Amino acid sequence: MNIFKRLLLELQEMSLLSARAALGIFKKPRYIPEAIAQMDSIGVGSLTIIILTGFFTGGVLTLQTYQTLASYGATDQLGYLVSISLVRELGPVLTALMVTGRVVSAISAELGSMVVSEQIDAMRALGTDPNRKLVAPRLIALIVTLPLLTLVADVMGIAGGWAVSTFLYDLPSTMFINSVRDGITTDDIIGGIIKPLVFAFLMGTIACHKGLKTEGGTVGVGRSTTTAVVTASIIVIIADFFLAKALQVILGTQP
Amino acid sequence: MMAETSVHRPGAQPPDNRVSERAAESTFREVDDTERAIPAIEFREVTMVFDDRKVLDNLSFKVMKGETKIILGGSGCGKSTTIKLVLGLLKPDSGKILVDGEDITNYSEVEMMRVRKKIGMIFQEGALFDSLSVYENVAFKLHEQGVPEDQVENEVRRMLRFVNLEPAIDKMPAELSGGMRRRVGIARALVGDPKIVMFDEPTAGLDPPTARTICELAMKLRDLEDVSSIFVTHEMNNLDYLTSEYAVVNEAGEVVFETEGEKLCLINCKVLMMRDGQVIFSGTDETLRKADDTYIQKFLRGH
Ligand SMILES: Nc1ncnc2c1ncn2[C@@H]1O[C@H](COP(=O)(O)OP(=O)(O)OP(=O)(O)O)[C@@H](O)[C@H]1O
Ligand SMILES: [Mg+2]
Repeated sequence: MNIFKRLLLELQEMSLLSARAALGIFKKPRYIPEAIAQMDSIGVGSLTIIILTGFFTGGVLTLQTYQTLASYGATDQLGYLVSISLVRELGPVLTALMVTGRVVSAISAELGSMVVSEQIDAMRALGTDPNRKLVAPRLIALIVTLPLLTLVADVMGIAGGWAVSTFLYDLPSTMFINSVRDGITTDDIIGGIIKPLVFAFLMGTIACHKGLKTEGGTVGVGRSTTTAVVTASIIVIIADFFLAKALQVILGTQP
Repeated sequence: MMAETSVHRPGAQPPDNRVSERAAESTFREVDDTERAIPAIEFREVTMVFDDRKVLDNLSFKVMKGETKIILGGSGCGKSTTIKLVLGLLKPDSGKILVDGEDITNYSEVEMMRVRKKIGMIFQEGALFDSLSVYENVAFKLHEQGVPEDQVENEVRRMLRFVNLEPAIDKMPAELSGGMRRRVGIARALVGDPKIVMFDEPTAGLDPPTARTICELAMKLRDLEDVSSIFVTHEMNNLDYLTSEYAVVNEAGEVVFETEGEKLCLINCKVLMMRDGQVIFSGTDETLRKADDTYIQKFLRGH
Protein backbone atom coordinates (compact mmCIF):
# COMPACT_ATOMS: atom_id res chain seq x y z
CA MET A 1 0.00 0.00 0.00
CA ASN A 2 1.47 3.33 -0.93
CA ILE A 3 1.74 6.25 1.45
CA PHE A 4 -1.07 8.22 -0.10
CA LYS A 5 -3.52 5.35 0.23
CA ARG A 6 -2.43 4.74 3.83
CA LEU A 7 -2.94 8.39 4.64
CA LEU A 8 -6.45 8.37 3.21
CA LEU A 9 -7.25 5.19 5.11
CA GLU A 10 -6.02 6.70 8.38
CA LEU A 11 -8.07 9.82 7.74
CA GLN A 12 -11.13 7.75 7.07
CA GLU A 13 -10.64 5.71 10.23
CA MET A 14 -10.16 8.82 12.33
CA SER A 15 -13.27 10.46 10.94
CA LEU A 16 -15.25 7.31 11.66
CA LEU A 17 -13.88 7.14 15.18
CA SER A 18 -14.79 10.72 16.00
CA ALA A 19 -18.18 10.36 14.32
CA ARG A 20 -18.97 7.27 16.37
CA ALA A 21 -17.84 8.97 19.55
CA ALA A 22 -19.90 12.04 18.71
CA LEU A 23 -23.02 9.99 17.97
CA GLY A 24 -22.53 8.14 21.23
CA ILE A 25 -23.01 11.35 23.18
CA PHE A 26 -26.70 11.38 22.34
CA LYS A 27 -27.39 7.80 23.33
CA LYS A 28 -27.83 6.29 26.75
CA PRO A 29 -26.00 5.43 28.93
CA ARG A 30 -24.20 8.76 28.88
CA TYR A 31 -20.76 8.69 30.33
CA ILE A 32 -20.87 12.01 32.16
CA PRO A 33 -18.88 10.92 35.26
CA GLU A 34 -16.15 9.58 32.96
CA ALA A 35 -16.02 12.89 31.09
CA ILE A 36 -15.80 14.85 34.34
CA ALA A 37 -13.01 12.60 35.61
CA GLN A 38 -11.13 13.19 32.37
CA MET A 39 -11.66 16.94 32.59
CA ASP A 40 -10.15 16.79 36.03
CA SER A 41 -7.11 14.82 34.94
CA ILE A 42 -6.60 16.77 31.70
CA GLY A 43 -7.61 20.24 32.81
CA VAL A 44 -6.71 20.51 36.46
CA GLY A 45 -3.76 18.20 36.01
CA SER A 46 -2.26 20.38 33.25
CA LEU A 47 -2.79 23.65 35.09
CA THR A 48 0.69 23.84 36.63
CA ILE A 49 2.60 23.31 33.42
CA ILE A 50 0.34 25.73 31.57
CA ILE A 51 0.78 28.44 34.21
CA LEU A 52 4.55 28.06 34.08
CA THR A 53 4.65 27.93 30.28
CA GLY A 54 2.42 30.98 29.94
CA PHE A 55 4.22 33.09 32.51
CA PHE A 56 7.72 32.51 31.21
CA THR A 57 6.75 32.76 27.56
CA GLY A 58 5.19 36.16 28.20
CA GLY A 59 8.30 37.13 30.15
CA VAL A 60 10.79 36.11 27.51
CA LEU A 61 8.70 37.70 24.79
CA THR A 62 8.86 41.00 26.64
CA LEU A 63 12.55 40.54 27.24
CA GLN A 64 13.23 40.16 23.52
CA THR A 65 10.76 42.74 22.24
CA TYR A 66 11.78 45.51 24.60
CA GLN A 67 15.16 46.09 22.95
CA THR A 68 13.65 46.53 19.50
CA LEU A 69 10.84 48.78 20.68
CA ALA A 70 13.17 50.87 22.78
CA SER A 71 15.35 51.60 19.76
CA TYR A 72 12.28 53.06 18.03
CA GLY A 73 11.18 54.79 21.22
CA ALA A 74 7.94 52.83 21.15
CA THR A 75 8.03 51.10 24.52
CA ASP A 76 4.45 52.22 25.16
CA GLN A 77 3.44 49.60 22.57
CA LEU A 78 5.14 46.77 24.51
CA GLY A 79 1.98 45.39 26.10
CA TYR A 80 0.15 45.47 22.79
CA LEU A 81 2.82 43.58 20.92
CA VAL A 82 3.34 40.97 23.59
CA SER A 83 -0.34 40.31 24.20
CA ILE A 84 -1.20 40.13 20.52
CA SER A 85 1.42 37.44 19.84
CA LEU A 86 0.30 35.58 22.93
CA VAL A 87 -3.42 35.63 22.32
CA ARG A 88 -3.24 34.99 18.59
CA GLU A 89 -0.42 32.49 18.34
CA LEU A 90 1.72 31.49 21.26
CA GLY A 91 -1.07 30.90 23.73
CA PRO A 92 -3.08 28.44 21.63
CA VAL A 93 -0.11 26.69 20.02
CA LEU A 94 2.09 26.34 23.09
CA THR A 95 -0.83 25.19 25.22
CA ALA A 96 -1.75 22.63 22.59
CA LEU A 97 1.83 21.39 22.36
CA MET A 98 2.25 21.16 26.12
CA VAL A 99 -1.03 19.33 26.48
CA THR A 100 -0.03 17.05 23.61
CA GLY A 101 3.11 16.11 25.50
CA ARG A 102 1.21 15.40 28.65
CA VAL A 103 -2.23 14.22 27.62
CA VAL A 104 -2.01 12.79 24.10
CA SER A 105 0.81 10.54 25.25
CA ALA A 106 -1.14 9.48 28.33
CA ILE A 107 -4.31 8.73 26.38
CA SER A 108 -2.65 6.68 23.67
CA ALA A 109 -0.52 4.81 26.19
CA GLU A 110 -3.54 4.01 28.34
CA LEU A 111 -5.73 2.89 25.45
CA GLY A 112 -2.78 1.06 23.89
CA SER A 113 -2.09 -0.98 26.98
CA MET A 114 -5.79 -1.72 27.27
CA VAL A 115 -5.64 -3.11 23.74
CA VAL A 116 -2.62 -5.33 24.31
CA SER A 117 -3.91 -6.66 27.63
CA GLU A 118 -7.24 -7.48 25.92
CA GLN A 119 -9.16 -5.06 28.13
CA ILE A 120 -10.74 -3.46 25.08
CA ASP A 121 -11.87 -6.88 23.87
CA ALA A 122 -13.17 -7.65 27.36
CA MET A 123 -15.13 -4.40 27.36
CA ARG A 124 -16.70 -5.25 24.01
CA ALA A 125 -17.42 -8.77 25.22
CA LEU A 126 -19.25 -7.28 28.20
CA GLY A 127 -21.45 -5.32 25.82
CA THR A 128 -19.92 -1.86 26.14
CA ASP A 129 -18.75 0.18 23.17
CA PRO A 130 -15.22 1.49 23.89
CA ASN A 131 -15.83 4.39 21.50
CA ARG A 132 -18.50 5.69 23.80
CA LYS A 133 -17.08 4.67 27.13
CA LEU A 134 -13.47 5.65 26.47
CA VAL A 135 -13.12 7.82 23.36
CA ALA A 136 -16.07 10.19 23.74
CA PRO A 137 -15.33 11.30 27.36
CA ARG A 138 -11.70 12.00 26.45
CA LEU A 139 -12.62 13.98 23.35
CA ILE A 140 -15.19 16.03 25.22
CA ALA A 141 -12.86 16.67 28.12
CA LEU A 142 -10.15 17.90 25.76
CA ILE A 143 -12.54 20.11 23.81
CA VAL A 144 -13.85 21.69 27.01
CA THR A 145 -10.56 22.13 28.82
CA LEU A 146 -8.12 23.16 26.08
CA PRO A 147 -9.77 26.58 25.42
CA LEU A 148 -9.82 27.20 29.17
CA LEU A 149 -6.19 26.23 29.52
CA THR A 150 -5.35 28.50 26.59
CA LEU A 151 -7.09 31.33 28.36
CA VAL A 152 -5.03 30.65 31.46
CA ALA A 153 -1.85 30.61 29.39
CA ASP A 154 -2.80 33.95 27.78
CA VAL A 155 -3.50 35.62 31.11
CA MET A 156 -0.37 34.21 32.70
CA GLY A 157 1.67 35.28 29.68
CA ILE A 158 0.44 38.85 29.96
CA ALA A 159 1.19 38.72 33.67
CA GLY A 160 4.70 37.50 32.89
CA GLY A 161 5.17 40.31 30.37
CA TRP A 162 3.90 42.85 32.85
CA ALA A 163 6.23 41.53 35.54
CA VAL A 164 9.27 41.80 33.28
CA SER A 165 8.36 45.28 32.00
CA THR A 166 7.66 46.61 35.47
CA PHE A 167 10.36 45.00 37.56
CA LEU A 168 13.16 44.50 35.02
CA TYR A 169 12.74 47.54 32.78
CA ASP A 170 11.09 49.82 35.33
CA LEU A 171 8.31 50.87 32.99
CA PRO A 172 5.23 52.32 34.70
CA SER A 173 2.93 49.41 35.45
CA THR A 174 -0.17 51.10 33.96
CA MET A 175 1.57 51.66 30.65
CA PHE A 176 1.84 47.94 29.93
CA ILE A 177 -1.72 47.25 31.06
CA ASN A 178 -3.18 50.10 29.06
CA SER A 179 -1.46 49.10 25.85
CA VAL A 180 -2.73 45.54 26.34
CA ARG A 181 -6.28 46.79 26.87
CA ASP A 182 -6.19 49.11 23.87
CA GLY A 183 -4.49 46.63 21.59
CA ILE A 184 -6.52 43.44 21.90
CA THR A 185 -9.75 43.19 19.92
CA THR A 186 -12.69 40.83 20.27
CA ASP A 187 -11.63 39.18 17.01
CA ASP A 188 -8.33 38.21 18.59
CA ILE A 189 -10.14 36.64 21.50
CA ILE A 190 -12.59 34.76 19.26
CA GLY A 191 -9.69 33.43 17.22
CA GLY A 192 -7.93 32.47 20.40
CA ILE A 193 -10.91 30.34 21.41
CA ILE A 194 -11.66 28.76 18.04
CA LYS A 195 -8.11 27.51 17.55
CA PRO A 196 -7.93 25.42 20.74
CA LEU A 197 -11.36 23.95 19.97
CA VAL A 198 -10.06 22.62 16.66
CA PHE A 199 -6.73 21.57 18.14
CA ALA A 200 -8.45 19.67 20.94
CA PHE A 201 -10.59 17.76 18.48
CA LEU A 202 -7.59 16.85 16.31
CA MET A 203 -5.38 15.90 19.26
CA GLY A 204 -8.05 13.79 20.92
CA THR A 205 -8.89 11.94 17.73
CA ILE A 206 -5.25 11.21 16.95
CA ALA A 207 -4.52 10.07 20.52
CA CYS A 208 -7.50 7.70 20.70
CA HIS A 209 -7.04 6.37 17.19
CA LYS A 210 -3.34 5.59 17.64
CA GLY A 211 -4.00 4.07 21.04
CA LEU A 212 -6.79 1.80 19.86
CA LYS A 213 -4.76 0.74 16.81
CA THR A 214 -1.90 -0.52 18.96
CA GLU A 215 -0.42 -3.84 17.88
CA GLY A 216 2.41 -5.97 19.09
CA GLY A 217 2.52 -5.94 22.89
CA THR A 218 4.25 -3.44 25.12
CA VAL A 219 6.68 -2.46 22.37
CA GLY A 220 3.65 -1.50 20.33
CA VAL A 221 2.36 0.73 23.13
CA GLY A 222 5.59 2.70 23.10
CA ARG A 223 5.47 2.96 19.34
CA SER A 224 1.88 4.17 19.17
CA THR A 225 2.48 6.70 21.94
CA THR A 226 5.43 8.18 20.08
CA THR A 227 3.51 8.29 16.81
CA ALA A 228 0.55 9.90 18.50
CA VAL A 229 2.63 12.68 20.08
CA VAL A 230 4.62 13.37 16.92
CA THR A 231 1.57 13.33 14.66
CA ALA A 232 -0.51 15.48 16.98
CA SER A 233 2.28 18.07 17.39
CA ILE A 234 2.83 18.40 13.67
CA ILE A 235 -0.87 18.49 12.91
CA VAL A 236 -1.36 21.24 15.50
CA ILE A 237 1.30 23.39 13.87
CA ILE A 238 0.05 22.79 10.34
CA ALA A 239 -3.56 23.33 11.37
CA ASP A 240 -2.53 26.54 13.10
CA PHE A 241 -1.31 28.02 9.82
CA PHE A 242 -4.49 27.22 7.95
CA LEU A 243 -6.68 28.32 10.85
CA ALA A 244 -4.85 31.62 11.05
CA LYS A 245 -5.42 32.16 7.35
CA ALA A 246 -9.07 31.11 7.56
CA LEU A 247 -9.69 33.36 10.55
CA GLN A 248 -8.16 36.29 8.71
CA VAL A 249 -10.57 35.74 5.87
CA ILE A 250 -13.62 35.07 8.05
CA LEU A 251 -13.06 37.90 10.50
CA GLY A 252 -12.04 40.26 7.72
CA THR A 253 -8.75 41.24 9.32
CA GLN A 254 -6.98 40.65 6.05
CA PRO A 255 -5.32 43.74 4.65
CA MET B 1 -14.36 -21.02 52.95
CA MET B 2 -12.98 -23.34 50.27
CA ALA B 3 -15.74 -25.92 49.96
CA GLU B 4 -18.54 -23.77 48.67
CA THR B 5 -21.50 -26.03 48.56
CA SER B 6 -24.21 -23.65 47.52
CA VAL B 7 -26.54 -25.57 45.32
CA HIS B 8 -27.00 -23.12 42.59
CA ARG B 9 -25.34 -20.26 40.94
CA PRO B 10 -26.26 -17.03 42.58
CA GLY B 11 -29.46 -15.66 41.23
CA ALA B 12 -31.11 -19.03 40.64
CA GLN B 13 -33.44 -20.58 43.17
CA PRO B 14 -32.24 -23.67 45.04
CA PRO B 15 -33.22 -27.25 44.25
CA ASP B 16 -36.68 -27.26 42.71
CA ASN B 17 -35.96 -25.52 39.48
CA ARG B 18 -37.41 -26.67 36.18
CA VAL B 19 -34.46 -25.73 34.04
CA SER B 20 -32.16 -27.66 36.28
CA GLU B 21 -34.29 -30.79 36.18
CA ARG B 22 -34.40 -30.83 32.45
CA ALA B 23 -30.74 -29.98 32.28
CA ALA B 24 -29.92 -32.90 34.49
CA GLU B 25 -32.01 -35.06 32.23
CA SER B 26 -30.09 -33.91 29.16
CA THR B 27 -26.89 -35.01 30.82
CA PHE B 28 -27.58 -38.59 29.78
CA ARG B 29 -30.42 -38.60 27.26
CA GLU B 30 -31.23 -36.59 24.19
CA VAL B 31 -34.13 -34.41 25.20
CA ASP B 32 -36.72 -34.19 22.47
CA ASP B 33 -37.33 -30.55 21.85
CA THR B 34 -37.12 -28.72 18.55
CA GLU B 35 -35.68 -25.67 20.31
CA ARG B 36 -32.79 -27.77 21.50
CA ALA B 37 -32.10 -29.03 17.99
CA ILE B 38 -30.64 -25.63 17.09
CA PRO B 39 -26.96 -25.55 18.05
CA ALA B 40 -25.92 -22.85 20.51
CA ILE B 41 -22.82 -22.23 18.41
CA GLU B 42 -22.14 -23.34 14.89
CA PHE B 43 -19.11 -22.76 12.68
CA ARG B 44 -19.50 -23.42 8.97
CA GLU B 45 -16.26 -23.62 7.02
CA VAL B 46 -14.73 -20.67 8.78
CA THR B 47 -11.41 -19.44 7.48
CA MET B 48 -9.35 -16.80 9.18
CA VAL B 49 -6.17 -15.32 7.78
CA PHE B 50 -3.61 -13.30 9.77
CA ASP B 51 -0.85 -11.76 7.66
CA ASP B 52 -1.17 -14.25 4.79
CA ARG B 53 -1.20 -17.17 7.22
CA LYS B 54 -4.31 -19.33 7.55
CA VAL B 55 -4.92 -19.50 11.28
CA LEU B 56 -8.27 -21.24 10.84
CA ASP B 57 -8.76 -23.39 7.79
CA ASN B 58 -12.31 -24.42 6.90
CA LEU B 59 -13.24 -24.96 10.52
CA SER B 60 -16.69 -26.47 11.05
CA PHE B 61 -18.23 -27.64 14.29
CA LYS B 62 -21.37 -27.38 16.42
CA VAL B 63 -21.94 -26.90 20.11
CA MET B 64 -25.41 -28.08 21.03
CA LYS B 65 -27.59 -26.51 23.72
CA GLY B 66 -26.44 -27.53 27.18
CA GLU B 67 -23.29 -29.10 25.81
CA THR B 68 -19.69 -28.45 26.80
CA LYS B 69 -17.22 -28.63 23.96
CA ILE B 70 -13.69 -29.17 25.13
CA ILE B 71 -11.22 -27.81 22.59
CA LEU B 72 -7.77 -29.34 22.69
CA GLY B 73 -4.83 -28.40 20.53
CA GLY B 74 -1.26 -27.28 20.56
CA SER B 75 -0.20 -23.75 21.30
CA GLY B 76 -0.99 -21.40 18.44
CA CYS B 77 -3.41 -23.71 16.65
CA GLY B 78 -6.16 -21.09 16.76
CA LYS B 79 -8.20 -21.87 19.87
CA SER B 80 -8.35 -18.34 21.25
CA THR B 81 -9.07 -17.06 17.76
CA THR B 82 -12.02 -19.45 17.51
CA ILE B 83 -13.46 -18.17 20.78
CA LYS B 84 -13.02 -14.53 19.79
CA LEU B 85 -14.89 -15.21 16.56
CA VAL B 86 -17.92 -16.43 18.50
CA LEU B 87 -18.10 -13.07 20.27
CA GLY B 88 -17.51 -11.15 17.08
CA LEU B 89 -14.31 -9.63 18.48
CA LEU B 90 -12.75 -10.78 15.22
CA LYS B 91 -14.44 -11.26 11.87
CA PRO B 92 -13.77 -14.34 9.73
CA ASP B 93 -12.41 -13.99 6.20
CA SER B 94 -14.91 -16.53 4.94
CA GLY B 95 -17.50 -18.96 6.26
CA LYS B 96 -20.43 -18.52 8.58
CA ILE B 97 -20.79 -18.33 12.34
CA LEU B 98 -24.15 -18.92 14.00
CA VAL B 99 -25.14 -18.29 17.59
CA ASP B 100 -28.48 -19.81 18.60
CA GLY B 101 -29.24 -20.25 14.92
CA GLU B 102 -28.64 -16.57 14.23
CA ASP B 103 -26.05 -15.80 11.55
CA ILE B 104 -23.75 -13.28 13.20
CA THR B 105 -21.06 -13.28 10.53
CA ASN B 106 -21.93 -9.91 9.08
CA TYR B 107 -23.35 -8.30 12.18
CA SER B 108 -22.27 -4.77 12.92
CA GLU B 109 -20.76 -3.88 16.28
CA VAL B 110 -24.14 -2.55 17.42
CA GLU B 111 -25.97 -5.78 16.52
CA MET B 112 -23.18 -7.83 18.10
CA MET B 113 -23.76 -6.05 21.42
CA ARG B 114 -27.16 -7.72 21.65
CA VAL B 115 -25.70 -11.18 20.94
CA ARG B 116 -22.84 -10.66 23.42
CA LYS B 117 -25.38 -10.14 26.22
CA LYS B 118 -26.03 -13.88 26.29
CA ILE B 119 -22.38 -14.91 26.13
CA GLY B 120 -19.90 -14.87 29.00
CA MET B 121 -16.25 -14.85 28.11
CA ILE B 122 -13.30 -15.80 30.29
CA PHE B 123 -10.12 -14.46 28.77
CA GLN B 124 -6.90 -16.43 28.75
CA GLU B 125 -5.03 -13.69 30.61
CA GLY B 126 -7.98 -12.53 32.70
CA ALA B 127 -8.20 -9.17 30.91
CA LEU B 128 -9.32 -7.36 34.07
CA PHE B 129 -9.73 -3.59 33.86
CA ASP B 130 -6.73 -2.56 35.89
CA SER B 131 -8.00 0.91 36.65
CA LEU B 132 -11.01 -0.62 38.41
CA SER B 133 -11.18 -2.54 41.68
CA VAL B 134 -12.26 -6.16 41.86
CA TYR B 135 -15.71 -5.01 42.89
CA GLU B 136 -16.01 -2.62 39.95
CA ASN B 137 -14.66 -5.21 37.56
CA VAL B 138 -17.28 -7.77 38.50
CA ALA B 139 -19.96 -5.07 38.64
CA PHE B 140 -18.99 -3.64 35.25
CA LYS B 141 -21.91 -5.07 33.30
CA LEU B 142 -24.45 -4.16 35.98
CA HIS B 143 -23.11 -0.63 36.30
CA GLU B 144 -23.37 -0.24 32.54
CA GLN B 145 -26.99 -1.35 32.71
CA GLY B 146 -27.70 1.16 35.46
CA VAL B 147 -28.71 -1.43 38.06
CA PRO B 148 -29.24 0.11 41.56
CA GLU B 149 -26.14 -0.06 43.72
CA ASP B 150 -27.52 -2.28 46.53
CA GLN B 151 -28.56 -4.91 43.98
CA VAL B 152 -25.16 -4.64 42.32
CA GLU B 153 -23.41 -5.21 45.61
CA ASN B 154 -25.50 -8.30 46.38
CA GLU B 155 -24.83 -9.81 43.00
CA VAL B 156 -21.11 -9.03 43.09
CA ARG B 157 -20.71 -10.55 46.53
CA ARG B 158 -22.54 -13.70 45.50
CA MET B 159 -20.43 -14.02 42.37
CA LEU B 160 -17.20 -13.56 44.30
CA ARG B 161 -18.32 -16.08 46.92
CA PHE B 162 -18.92 -18.42 44.02
CA VAL B 163 -15.25 -18.26 43.06
CA ASN B 164 -14.07 -18.05 46.71
CA LEU B 165 -12.78 -14.52 46.42
CA GLU B 166 -15.10 -12.44 48.56
CA PRO B 167 -12.27 -11.18 50.83
CA ALA B 168 -10.51 -9.65 47.80
CA ILE B 169 -13.49 -7.48 46.90
CA ASP B 170 -11.75 -4.13 47.50
CA LYS B 171 -8.40 -5.05 46.01
CA MET B 172 -7.05 -3.68 42.75
CA PRO B 173 -6.16 -6.19 40.01
CA ALA B 174 -2.45 -5.38 40.38
CA GLU B 175 -2.58 -6.73 43.94
CA LEU B 176 -3.93 -10.12 42.88
CA SER B 177 -2.11 -13.32 41.98
CA GLY B 178 -2.57 -14.82 38.54
CA GLY B 179 -5.05 -17.40 39.76
CA MET B 180 -7.07 -14.78 41.62
CA ARG B 181 -7.20 -12.60 38.52
CA ARG B 182 -8.48 -15.55 36.52
CA ARG B 183 -11.19 -16.21 39.08
CA VAL B 184 -12.25 -12.56 39.12
CA GLY B 185 -12.45 -12.84 35.34
CA ILE B 186 -14.76 -15.84 35.77
CA ALA B 187 -16.97 -14.00 38.26
CA ARG B 188 -17.19 -11.04 35.89
CA ALA B 189 -18.11 -13.23 32.94
CA LEU B 190 -20.86 -15.05 34.83
CA VAL B 191 -22.72 -11.95 35.99
CA GLY B 192 -26.16 -11.88 34.38
CA ASP B 193 -26.31 -15.68 33.94
CA PRO B 194 -25.17 -16.00 30.31
CA LYS B 195 -26.52 -19.09 28.53
CA ILE B 196 -23.28 -19.52 26.60
CA VAL B 197 -19.88 -19.39 28.29
CA MET B 198 -16.41 -19.40 26.72
CA PHE B 199 -13.54 -20.61 28.88
CA ASP B 200 -10.12 -19.86 27.42
CA GLU B 201 -7.66 -22.02 29.34
CA PRO B 202 -9.23 -21.12 32.67
CA THR B 203 -7.00 -23.46 34.68
CA ALA B 204 -3.61 -22.81 33.10
CA GLY B 205 -1.04 -22.06 35.78
CA LEU B 206 -3.36 -22.73 38.71
CA ASP B 207 -2.78 -25.12 41.61
CA PRO B 208 -4.68 -28.42 41.31
CA PRO B 209 -7.41 -27.68 43.91
CA THR B 210 -8.23 -24.32 42.35
CA ALA B 211 -8.17 -25.87 38.91
CA ARG B 212 -10.53 -28.54 40.17
CA THR B 213 -12.86 -25.84 41.57
CA ILE B 214 -13.01 -24.20 38.19
CA CYS B 215 -13.80 -27.50 36.47
CA GLU B 216 -16.54 -28.14 39.04
CA LEU B 217 -17.91 -24.73 38.23
CA ALA B 218 -18.01 -25.58 34.55
CA MET B 219 -19.75 -28.87 35.37
CA LYS B 220 -22.32 -27.14 37.56
CA LEU B 221 -23.08 -24.70 34.77
CA ARG B 222 -23.38 -27.53 32.28
CA ASP B 223 -25.41 -30.01 34.31
CA LEU B 224 -27.50 -27.77 36.53
CA GLU B 225 -27.87 -24.56 34.58
CA ASP B 226 -28.08 -25.91 31.04
CA VAL B 227 -25.32 -23.60 29.88
CA SER B 228 -23.62 -24.30 26.57
CA SER B 229 -19.90 -23.77 26.66
CA ILE B 230 -16.57 -24.01 24.93
CA PHE B 231 -13.78 -25.05 27.27
CA VAL B 232 -10.30 -24.62 25.89
CA THR B 233 -7.65 -26.47 27.84
CA HIS B 234 -4.23 -28.07 27.70
CA GLU B 235 -4.60 -29.92 30.98
CA MET B 236 -5.45 -33.58 30.69
CA ASN B 237 -6.97 -33.76 34.15
CA ASN B 238 -9.47 -31.06 33.14
CA LEU B 239 -10.47 -33.36 30.30
CA ASP B 240 -10.85 -36.26 32.72
CA TYR B 241 -12.99 -34.30 35.16
CA LEU B 242 -15.27 -32.81 32.57
CA THR B 243 -15.82 -35.96 30.56
CA SER B 244 -16.27 -38.44 33.37
CA GLU B 245 -18.04 -36.56 36.14
CA TYR B 246 -21.33 -34.81 36.42
CA ALA B 247 -23.00 -32.56 38.93
CA VAL B 248 -26.24 -33.52 40.63
CA VAL B 249 -28.21 -32.24 43.55
CA ASN B 250 -28.56 -34.81 46.32
CA GLU B 251 -31.43 -35.21 48.79
CA ALA B 252 -29.84 -32.76 51.19
CA GLY B 253 -29.93 -30.16 48.44
CA GLU B 254 -26.17 -30.08 47.99
CA VAL B 255 -24.32 -30.27 44.75
CA VAL B 256 -22.27 -33.42 44.48
CA PHE B 257 -20.13 -34.75 41.68
CA GLU B 258 -20.61 -38.32 40.58
CA THR B 259 -18.54 -40.36 38.21
CA GLU B 260 -20.21 -41.79 35.15
CA GLY B 261 -20.64 -45.54 35.46
CA GLU B 262 -20.90 -48.49 33.15
CA LYS B 263 -24.47 -47.74 32.25
CA LEU B 264 -24.58 -43.99 32.34
CA CYS B 265 -22.51 -42.17 29.80
CA LEU B 266 -22.26 -38.40 29.63
CA ILE B 267 -23.51 -37.12 26.35
CA ASN B 268 -23.33 -33.40 27.02
CA CYS B 269 -19.57 -33.17 26.89
CA LYS B 270 -17.74 -33.55 23.60
CA VAL B 271 -14.16 -33.09 22.58
CA LEU B 272 -12.78 -31.26 19.58
CA MET B 273 -9.14 -31.44 18.71
CA MET B 274 -7.51 -28.87 16.49
CA ARG B 275 -4.23 -28.78 14.68
CA ASP B 276 -3.06 -25.87 12.54
CA GLY B 277 -6.54 -24.42 12.34
CA GLN B 278 -8.20 -27.63 11.26
CA VAL B 279 -10.36 -30.12 13.12
CA ILE B 280 -8.48 -33.41 13.46
CA PHE B 281 -10.90 -35.02 15.87
CA SER B 282 -14.44 -34.48 17.00
CA GLY B 283 -16.41 -36.80 19.25
CA THR B 284 -16.55 -38.24 22.74
CA ASP B 285 -13.58 -38.71 25.01
CA GLU B 286 -13.89 -42.50 24.71
CA THR B 287 -13.33 -42.42 20.96
CA LEU B 288 -10.61 -39.82 21.41
CA ARG B 289 -8.69 -42.13 23.70
CA LYS B 290 -9.09 -45.00 21.27
CA ALA B 291 -8.06 -42.95 18.22
CA ASP B 292 -4.91 -44.33 16.63
CA ASP B 293 -3.71 -41.03 15.21
CA THR B 294 -0.15 -40.63 16.51
CA TYR B 295 -0.51 -36.87 17.06
CA ILE B 296 -3.59 -37.41 19.23
CA GLN B 297 -1.92 -40.16 21.25
CA LYS B 298 1.15 -38.02 21.73
CA PHE B 299 -1.03 -35.14 22.84
CA LEU B 300 -2.90 -37.28 25.36
CA ARG B 301 0.13 -39.03 26.79
CA GLY B 302 2.65 -36.27 26.34
CA HIS B 303 5.23 -38.42 24.54
N1 LIG C 1 -3.64 -10.29 16.10
C1 LIG C 1 -2.92 -11.23 15.49
N2 LIG C 1 -2.13 -10.91 14.45
C2 LIG C 1 -1.41 -11.85 13.82
N3 LIG C 1 -1.41 -13.13 14.14
C3 LIG C 1 -2.17 -13.52 15.17
C4 LIG C 1 -2.96 -12.59 15.89
N4 LIG C 1 -3.63 -13.26 16.87
C5 LIG C 1 -3.25 -14.54 16.75
N5 LIG C 1 -2.38 -14.70 15.74
C6 LIG C 1 -1.78 -15.97 15.30
O1 LIG C 1 -2.82 -16.89 15.18
C7 LIG C 1 -2.41 -18.16 15.65
C8 LIG C 1 -3.47 -18.69 16.59
O2 LIG C 1 -3.51 -17.89 17.75
P1 LIG C 1 -4.41 -18.27 18.98
O3 LIG C 1 -4.23 -17.20 19.98
O4 LIG C 1 -5.78 -18.54 18.49
O5 LIG C 1 -3.72 -19.60 19.47
P2 LIG C 1 -4.16 -20.56 20.64
O6 LIG C 1 -4.59 -21.83 20.04
O7 LIG C 1 -5.12 -19.90 21.54
O8 LIG C 1 -2.78 -20.80 21.40
P3 LIG C 1 -2.50 -20.92 22.97
O9 LIG C 1 -2.83 -22.30 23.36
O10 LIG C 1 -1.04 -20.66 23.08
O11 LIG C 1 -3.33 -19.89 23.65
C9 LIG C 1 -1.07 -17.98 16.30
O12 LIG C 1 -0.12 -18.62 15.49
C10 LIG C 1 -0.82 -16.51 16.31
O13 LIG C 1 0.49 -16.28 15.93
MG1 LIG D 1 -5.07 -19.09 23.39
